Amino acid sequence: MSRRGDWVYENNGGTCVAIAGADYCVIAADTRLSVGYSILTRDHSKICELADKCVLASSGFQGDIKALHKNLAARELLYQHQHNKRMSCPAMAQLLSNTLYYKRFFPYYAFNVLGGLDSEGKGCVFTYDAVGSYERTGYSAQGTGSTLIMPVLDNQLKSPSPLLLPARDAVTPLSESEAVDLVKDVFASATERDIYTGDKLEIVVINKAGTKREYIDLRKD
Amino acid sequence: EQLINLLDTFTRVQAQRPKRPTGRTATSSNARKKGEEIESGDAATPPSSPSIHRFRNAGDAMMKLDMSALETQFGAPAGEDGGLLFDVDGAAMPAMEFPNCPDFDRFQAKTKDMVKNKRGTTTLAFIFDKGVIVAADSRASMGGYISSQTVRKIIEINPYMLGTMAGGAADCQFWHRNLGTKCRLHELANKRRISVTGASKLLANILYSYRGMGLSIGTMIAGWDEKGPGLYYVDSEGARLKGNRFSVGSGSLYAYAVLDEGYRFKMSVEEAGELARRAIYHATFRDGASGGCVSVYHVGPDGWKKLSGDDVGELHYQYYPVEKTPVEQEMTDASTS
Repeated sequence: MSRRGDWVYENNGGTCVAIAGADYCVIAADTRLSVGYSILTRDHSKICELADKCVLASSGFQGDIKALHKNLAARELLYQHQHNKRMSCPAMAQLLSNTLYYKRFFPYYAFNVLGGLDSEGKGCVFTYDAVGSYERTGYSAQGTGSTLIMPVLDNQLKSPSPLLLPARDAVTPLSESEAVDLVKDVFASATERDIYTGDKLEIVVINKAGTKREYIDLRKD
Repeated sequence: EQLINLLDTFTRVQAQRPKRPTGRTATSSNARKKGEEIESGDAATPPSSPSIHRFRNAGDAMMKLDMSALETQFGAPAGEDGGLLFDVDGAAMPAMEFPNCPDFDRFQAKTKDMVKNKRGTTTLAFIFDKGVIVAADSRASMGGYISSQTVRKIIEINPYMLGTMAGGAADCQFWHRNLGTKCRLHELANKRRISVTGASKLLANILYSYRGMGLSIGTMIAGWDEKGPGLYYVDSEGARLKGNRFSVGSGSLYAYAVLDEGYRFKMSVEEAGELARRAIYHATFRDGASGGCVSVYHVGPDGWKKLSGDDVGELHYQYYPVEKTPVEQEMTDASTS
């Protein structure tokens, strides 16, 4: 017998990807919002610009995601007023981790990827699970298409582990335009095989010149 | 009737939104005096909370039953901003919100399945005559999917203390960071470093208070303090064990086999590091949930130092180099010549 309030989550699908480069970061997400087998809208953005050098893309339950983005944007504004500067990406990364963990027993059903430039201007990507465990990586994919996309990114971008001693150089070899092309290709493939991914792709590129946004059409079926 | 109400709420106390702590911190008791609702971020007050207040008043009027063992220790940071800006006691007890659902345990079991949190897997630590060796793999899995091969499972709490991560990645990361904060506050308050005994006790007490909630942490706190090397195993069931050799995680049985066989109290640092590396490598060989890179740290009187970090794929060929059979050797010679 299912009772009211028994299960409050739903998965709205979608995929988010981020790739960090030497001086840029690409964050991309599709714009399809689904419930079960239905598409509710083809035009829903999963990306939130939290600070000038920090962008968050989340897939999962869009109700929780909306609340999470609002929460973080408000905290960023408070930080701005207190410290007279915008939050850096690594600072926002830890804030997001704590925000997610504080709801450890009633989680935000959100799979997040945070991308941006760190204080030295190098690209950084932070990848999360739903309760806040995070790690800085060179690239990441989250969402329903992540298991389709990650192997391709591993193939193209995998670099020696940062845990190795003696340390080996780990720079993503791609240029900004190559990374954007890779993202487009990877989403095109994921759209073929994941029912929750498609319609449109929103790509945000951050580099020292600023933020650029681009929309690409994907298969609508 | 009051007694019936009292007993009624008494039996449901675990599943309900936790009571505000009674005078645990000055700030929270001020808020109670002001009669304000303590905010913990979002969520509307669940309909059950008036009965909690009724419970408290009913208890005052009647015989004082000692319910302190039932009190869950969740402090809500008080203050007009709801603890957003000035989280003075945030390090002590983070305010955790609870869902107002009829069956807490079933809800937790279902969210665990849905969310498939990252879990980590083979770690070990042992004391020998020159200090403590701590080693771990670096794979994290979400269900059957490998979510990362580069997880830092050895967490640097401070320059002379290390913690390991096994179980839920988020749980370990968060509570180790919290422990690091508390250790630093202890140093500032007492003008001396905290002992490994003290640090492990701090962590164990927190985890005990969350016992039964579904946290999954199997950690070892290793360090060097005034008494010499210290090693404690602490887990989310509330256990805290002092010992000389521990291995935690899904691959721990394989690591124990190699570790116990090769262990001697008197070893050089290199030998001890190599033993640890071999033990973790063998665990990654047989356990599907362990892999990635083996990291080995040594904690000595001057603090910790990373001894080695090796990819287990490459280690395999170091330990078991491929010996070509004569036919294969001829084929490679023929193709190169």
